[in-house]
Amino acid sequence: MNTKPAIIPNFDVEALRQEFPILAREINGKPLVFLDSAASAQKPRVVLESLRKTYEEEYANVHRGVYWLSATATKNYEGVRKKLKSYFNAKDEREFVFTKGTTEGINLVAQSWGRAFLKSGDEVLITALEHHSNIVPWQMLRDQIGIKLVVAPIDSNGNLIWAEFEKRLSAKTKLVSVAHVSNALGTILPIEKIVRAGHAVGAKVLIDGAQGAPHARVDLRALDADFYAFSGHKLYGPTGTGALWGKKALLDAMPPWQGGGDMIKSVSFEKTDYADVPAKFEAGTPNIADVIAMGAAIDWLAALPWDAIEAHEADVLAYGTAQLKAIPGLRLIGEADHKAGVMSFVLEGVHPHDIGTILDQQGVSVRAGNHCAEPVMEFFGVPGTARASLGMYSTRADMDALAAAIRKVQEIFA
Amino acid sequence: MSDLRDLYQEVILDHSKKPRNFGPLDAANHEAKGHNPLCGDRVTVFLQVGDNGLVNDAHFQGSGCAISMASASLMTELVKGKTEAEAKALFGKFHAIVTGEDEPAGDVSADDMDRLEPLTGVKEFPMRVKCATLPWHTFVAAIDDKKTPVVTE
Repeated sequence: MNTKPAIIPNFDVEALRQEFPILAREINGKPLVFLDSAASAQKPRVVLESLRKTYEEEYANVHRGVYWLSATATKNYEGVRKKLKSYFNAKDEREFVFTKGTTEGINLVAQSWGRAFLKSGDEVLITALEHHSNIVPWQMLRDQIGIKLVVAPIDSNGNLIWAEFEKRLSAKTKLVSVAHVSNALGTILPIEKIVRAGHAVGAKVLIDGAQGAPHARVDLRALDADFYAFSGHKLYGPTGTGALWGKKALLDAMPPWQGGGDMIKSVSFEKTDYADVPAKFEAGTPNIADVIAMGAAIDWLAALPWDAIEAHEADVLAYGTAQLKAIPGLRLIGEADHKAGVMSFVLEGVHPHDIGTILDQQGVSVRAGNHCAEPVMEFFGVPGTARASLGMYSTRADMDALAAAIRKVQEIFA
Repeated sequence: MSDLRDLYQEVILDHSKKPRNFGPLDAANHEAKGHNPLCGDRVTVFLQVGDNGLVNDAHFQGSGCAISMASASLMTELVKGKTEAEAKALFGKFHAIVTGEDEPAGDVSADDMDRLEPLTGVKEFPMRVKCATLPWHTFVAAIDDKKTPVVTE
């Protein structure tokens, strides 16, 4: 097997790795091989520096003070919407509501848009690939107002079965809510086609971009979905950050979902006038420093050569997949035609948690379990999998270390 | 790899691959289920307890990692022939060792503790302690006729 990395112009993965201080550390006396970026990505220096700068030099509460520090923090915080607008090619910066992650974004749509605009018998269509955060909010809404949750099936490779998906679309479908990329299997869903098909029956379309946004540039104007939710911490930013993007007219029409300070124009005991979007959806003191640091991550990402990063990640995924397939007794779970960044697998005779522990002892961090996607595990008839997931800093050498560590598992369990 | 060999000792691998007393117990008069939602481990413990309070027979059924299966298998061997109180005292001691808590008073046999020794390696792996204790918690639930399943997190 050729362990030399493919030559990708404009891209030096070793230089990129230097930007992530944690990658230099050891775990259990072995160099860290971090393969759990789908759960949360590691942070580049610019994010750490932004956090330091905010707290040491520019921190105060936002939207409140007339003093310099508050005005500066407000400018920095609100400025992140402009960065997102440009990075995701949106029409209007006010279309970005800051959330603590994808889960909150989806819950916001369910509880605000869903409760206001859906009624008993209306259908929300999801796929069998969804993780819990794109299942449970709709089940809660179903129990509250009686919508029907419809699930489009996948095939044994983890592809969405298009004909089955289409069959479930009808005039009753009011919302299509699907993952951009499956967290458990890595399947890339055909979201452009899904948006068109959803709109064709008059449904709104929500894309769960938790796993999609980190692996490719997303052009929201070209995509033309109605909502796109993503997590900042999977996009190399701090935890507790993310955004829900929604078309302005939809967000304008939606009622607030949490009440408090910052989301109002005026309050008396008789009546409250709500603020305009996005403030209407951001009650209370927001996650100021982390959002500003997410902005630093976005600036940093915007300057990267994304064609090269996509080519690099595809190369590492293909190389790693071939390495794993060469191991007898290993079964890859999820071999969709289009995949990004995830290798889920099981080993004959070894529980995923034992795999996880033994890999960790060799410095290799993977997730083991059901990946917050129990229905996906049930479909494949496994209690869980071990999952190696990639970030832009992953390398072919990481894949070699993974394969060697898996062979060690087999040695112990031989 | 010495750490790993501490955790995955031969006796654990042996019990996990060839669990003893595996499968339902027709004569069971106590039964309880246990579940670890974090890793998906599931175990059902079946006991036949005599009027004299002796555990005459113990079986288990379930699926899970090597640690949980080996712990369940060893447990069924150890509790057989013990009174309820003796079995609980043994678990108390074992639980204290793997969680690093103070060991409770109470006599347990040194032989029994020797047999549990291979499993005490989990104390170095905090994420895996629950795997080893789930079968025991489920045993206690069975003895006490708890109707709701034991859930560890």
